[in-house]
Amino acid sequence: MAVTYSSTRRGVAVLAGLLLLSLGSVATSQFEEQAEQFFRSGHTNNWAVLVCTSRFWFNYRHVANTLSVYRSVKRLGIPDSHIVLMLADDMACNPRNPKPATVFSHKNMELNVYGDDVEVDYRSYEVTVENFLRVLTGRIPPSTPRSKRLLSDDRSNILIYMTGHGGNGFLKFQDSEEITNIELADAFEQMWQKRRYNELLFIIDTCQGASMYERFYSPNIMALASSQVGEDSLSHQPDPAIGVHLMDRYTFYVLEFLEEINPASQTNMNDLFQVCPKSLCVSTPGHRTDLFQRDPKNVLITDFFGSVRKVEITTETISLQPDLGVLESRYSS
Amino acid sequence: MAAAGAAATDLEVVRGKRAALFFAAVAILLGLPLWWKTTETYRASLPYSEISGLNALQLRLMVPVSVVFTGESVPLDDQEKLPFTVVHEREIPLKYKMKIKCRFQKAYRKTLVYEEEALSMGSIQEAEAMLAESQEQAEGSLTVYVISEHSSLLPQDMMSYIGPKRTAVVRGIMHREAFNIIGHRVIQAVQAMSLTEDVLAAALADHLPEDKWSSDKRRPLKSSLGYEITFSLLNPDPKSHDVHWDIQGAVRRYVQPFLNALSVTGNFSVDSQILYYAVLGVNPRFDPASSSYYLAAHSLPHVINPVESRLGSSAASLYPVLNFLLYVPELAHSPLYIQDKDGAPVATNAFHSPRWGGIMVYNVDPKAYNASELPVRVEVDMVRVMEVFLAQLRPKGEGLMTWELDRLLWARSVENLATATTTLTSLAQLLGKISNIVIKDDVASEVYRAVAAVQKAAEELASGHLASAFAASQEAVTSSERAFFDPSLLHLLYFPDDQKFAIYIPLFLPMAVPILLSLVKIFLESRKSWKKPEKTD
Repeated sequence: MAVTYSSTRRGVAVLAGLLLLSLGSVATSQFEEQAEQFFRSGHTNNWAVLVCTSRFWFNYRHVANTLSVYRSVKRLGIPDSHIVLMLADDMACNPRNPKPATVFSHKNMELNVYGDDVEVDYRSYEVTVENFLRVLTGRIPPSTPRSKRLLSDDRSNILIYMTGHGGNGFLKFQDSEEITNIELADAFEQMWQKRRYNELLFIIDTCQGASMYERFYSPNIMALASSQVGEDSLSHQPDPAIGVHLMDRYTFYVLEFLEEINPASQTNMNDLFQVCPKSLCVSTPGHRTDLFQRDPKNVLITDFFGSVRKVEITTETISLQPDLGVLESRYSS
Repeated sequence: MAAAGAAATDLEVVRGKRAALFFAAVAILLGLPLWWKTTETYRASLPYSEISGLNALQLRLMVPVSVVFTGESVPLDDQEKLPFTVVHEREIPLKYKMKIKCRFQKAYRKTLVYEEEALSMGSIQEAEAMLAESQEQAEGSLTVYVISEHSSLLPQDMMSYIGPKRTAVVRGIMHREAFNIIGHRVIQAVQAMSLTEDVLAAALADHLPEDKWSSDKRRPLKSSLGYEITFSLLNPDPKSHDVHWDIQGAVRRYVQPFLNALSVTGNFSVDSQILYYAVLGVNPRFDPASSSYYLAAHSLPHVINPVESRLGSSAASLYPVLNFLLYVPELAHSPLYIQDKDGAPVATNAFHSPRWGGIMVYNVDPKAYNASELPVRVEVDMVRVMEVFLAQLRPKGEGLMTWELDRLLWARSVENLATATTTLTSLAQLLGKISNIVIKDDVASEVYRAVAAVQKAAEELASGHLASAFAASQEAVTSSERAFFDPSLLHLLYFPDDQKFAIYIPLFLPMAVPILLSLVKIFLESRKSWKKPEKTD
């Protein structure tokens, strides 16, 4: 480091000239970079919390809904360690299931969404409002295993999918308790205060689902619902062999939409908003984007449903000596 | 008889009135407060005023600098003025609510005998060696030696030199304004070694209200209380390659010293594994020009996910995990190169993902295939591998020299204080917004401890004790996180107002109606009895 004092003035003039020149080019490249970054979300990891809140055999379709989303999310790259799957009842091994160890989502048993590697984190009676809120806010007892925690940070994009029976302002859990939209909004606010998410996508498939996202007030949340207040979400297909309805309409069409997506696709959220129009769904799906900073047409589906990592080529190496000696002394403090 | 009956009913009426009044008194004076007290959420007292005071905290980061003058470095009459102290204070212009001031306290003094001897050695390395053995410097402090203008300790054109162990050497000048000029040089050298605006801006990046879009420039390694580092060797083709790597020796020689130096900032644990038949999720393409296989830059992001599920690293601990993978490609896809955006093969043959780790492709030397039959024994050159992994592990410029470690401690202390303050403020805000969160006594004591630790850390920073300041800031962060994430803080389930009415009305209404009615009756009768005397008059 040579710091000259005498030739400073000349040096400063040259430096200033160079700076002005480079500033010009830096400014334009910075602008381009900024423009590109404006469309990117800035997240480094993805999480998904998928919740099915109903039990009993006739609510088969809710478990199938959740497992379909689980399957898509895994196919697009989010690993099991980053998915918290909560299923309130066991349909695959239910005594009334004529095809044990399967959960089908298509008529005529085309698609078994309960594959070989389903990892359910909260099962049966563990799916309660309290556990769900604990997962979201992170206030978990210290003995909880890692697979049951949402270990997101300030650069995580989280997908939250909920399905079950709901009403105006509440969602029923396990036929015995309910979560209100105010509690949900407060939970998201606590997540925001602790910076537990970068962006959040909330999808709900219940009756009067839009009431659940009415009360959100934290930033960076985008919400989709299968029906407006006062409307019911209808189920899709009954299967005569299994004897129950297999899926709900909204999630069925969302699953069809997601099957077209691969990890490299550039489809954006505006396309997801168009899924399941009233002619197919009978109810009117709704969405809410006012809390979200980016324009939905710049948000890729894979920003939430997939897990595309940001990578950089390693260009530098640290030079090491094959033997100890010099290196060790440099590190000792 | 009628009079006695009337007197008896009068007495009963009076008794009845008294009884009704007593009931009402007990219900209102005793029952109502009791019900109110027993149904409110328990909130142990918290220091809300102190928490809001933390936001306006003035952080003074003091760097104690000793400026030591040798014999001929400055004019004689200037030398007579030694020793004295000059303070150089500068406010760091960050858009952060905590004001941060950098204070360089320069203590000017003359050299001691052994220092004079050391500085008259032939080369700077000898001088440093001699100086190092006689004094040990506290974290955060620096020493700048001022040598004469024509001294041969440094090469002739070099005006200043920054050493690896908290020392620097600067040339003096024989000039009237010697002290001012040298003061500037010292400040420049010292700022390069300790605190600059960039260091603090990077530390506070998560808390500055800047545009989100410079998020990529944020530090790649979010500071955490510990990390788990996993080295994995992926061998998809054990039939062709019998791969051996001396990972234990390499970790002991190259990685452990670096981690030991950083151990003051957190817990680091290292483990390693070998995975067989683990393939990358992407098929490499064949390049006929160089008769090798390549992975294009745009397919690299898709490599990590299929592999990650095999790594099994998430089961072990709650600390964030950094994975470093060494991939030995199959014989059918050898040699395999990684191409950058322009299509040129990358020299290191490696790429990394911030906050996740890195992957390096290790091509087997084709000469090894000539003589022997499959499987070919491959001894991995750990030096080459570790050079790349260490470059991926180490965010730029951390932990090489002692003062760089100090700089890390400054940055981490500031960051910890910012995080603890944000956590405490968020907790206070949440308690204000959501009225049915319970605060137990032990949570309250954690909050008090966190507040005290933040204040202590600020004091220690202002007096220049970096080590104890960092320890206090760590304690502040752990206490505040423990208080915020305590499982008991789950907000009680929300009851809408109509549900509250539905619960209380069946309990209170049957009791309240007779009391109220009798009170009304008593009041009306007493009003009548007041009016009576007027009438007769």
